[in-house]
Amino acid sequence: MRLLIVILLFGLTTACVTSSQSLYAELGGEDKVDEVVENFITEIEFDPMMYDYFKDSDIGRFREKFTEHFCMLTGGPCEYTGDTMEQVHTGMEISEANFNHAVDLLISAMNKANIPHRLQNRVLATMAPLRGSIIYI
Amino acid sequence: MQRYKRLPIYCLLPMVLVSAPVFSADGKLIGTAGLTQIEGAGGGGLVPWATLSGYDSEDQISASSAVTVVDVDDYRLNAFGMSASFYDRAEISLSHQRFDLKSLGGTIRQNIVGMKYRLYGDVVYSELPQISIGLQHKQLSDTAVAEALGADDDQGTDIYLAATKVHLGAIGGYNAVWNLTARATKANEMGLLGFGGTQNSDYELQLEASAGILFSRNLAVGVEYRQKPDNLGLGEDDWVDAFVSYIPSKSVSITAATANLGAIAGAPGQSGFYLSLNAQLW
Repeated sequence: MRLLIVILLFGLTTACVTSSQSLYAELGGEDKVDEVVENFITEIEFDPMMYDYFKDSDIGRFREKFTEHFCMLTGGPCEYTGDTMEQVHTGMEISEANFNHAVDLLISAMNKANIPHRLQNRVLATMAPLRGSIIYI
Repeated sequence: MQRYKRLPIYCLLPMVLVSAPVFSADGKLIGTAGLTQIEGAGGGGLVPWATLSGYDSEDQISASSAVTVVDVDDYRLNAFGMSASFYDRAEISLSHQRFDLKSLGGTIRQNIVGMKYRLYGDVVYSELPQISIGLQHKQLSDTAVAEALGADDDQGTDIYLAATKVHLGAIGGYNAVWNLTARATKANEMGLLGFGGTQNSDYELQLEASAGILFSRNLAVGVEYRQKPDNLGLGEDDWVDAFVSYIPSKSVSITAATANLGAIAGAPGQSGFYLSLNAQLW
């Protein structure tokens, strides 16, 4: 019991250690983000549920805009120039299950790019607020 | 026991204040379905949470089962539970508890029917916590001990309101989960010793809390606290546990904990281990 509490307090302590670097830089910058985005596209291509949503999409444009968006959300030196999340997803009838499945694929893409668990969570935290403008619209 | 009773409060408060704990197939992130608590509801180990028992999303139904053993100095509890959750909105649970009196001899059995309804939010994605209201109707099958100790009734219904939140990457990049539950109850030792008693026959509001950290997608560590009434005048103590959950996949999890249950039916200092196996059936 004591050991567990020590572990928990250790977790709390590490929370106080903040980095002045952007999450983007901690991830490894442009090369690493490109790798994650490329992995994510591969995950989608081999996933029947997701592929359905993308089969009529311009993958080149998706790669470019998602990379910009990823970079901007994680504090990188980019500006997202694509359409709003509402514009992109309206009429696609994306369910909560679809959304969460996409999150699972993104996690898998980050795993394959060797992104540490703790950085993965922080990436997800930057994207989580977008959920409301993606599902059931 | 005083030592044990203070420890959790000291630990829990900072965690809750820093907004610490985490848990929920395609419906949710792995680990965010949580576990099945000892009375059959989706939750932590001892405490019912606002999370429902399955990984279902708004379009899905899920079912799960759990087997739990709590073994302390003079008692052993076996609990078997089944639950179904519907469209990430409502949960129905059935639980059978078998409480063995290791020192005195004898067994007390109890059945619990539970219902939970999600009022607001998503444990991971909403800004505010997920909030659910629930009830647990408990019926003792073996009433002799409860009667001998002066309990008023052999059945009772608990009503609770729970708030649960997962914070992504909140603690040094680790996901954290916390839960707070307020429960109105007359139950003595969760109902195993009946409901109400010589010292108090009315509902009392009890606070329960959990806090945890997910050290990976598959490993959660946390603590829980459950306040309890003392209707029988036997010095019934609050419960505390510290747990480690291993969640290898969305279909199964195993939880081990150390539990400090305090005085039970006059036998002081009941501590031991808690072991629970959870299976998602679909």
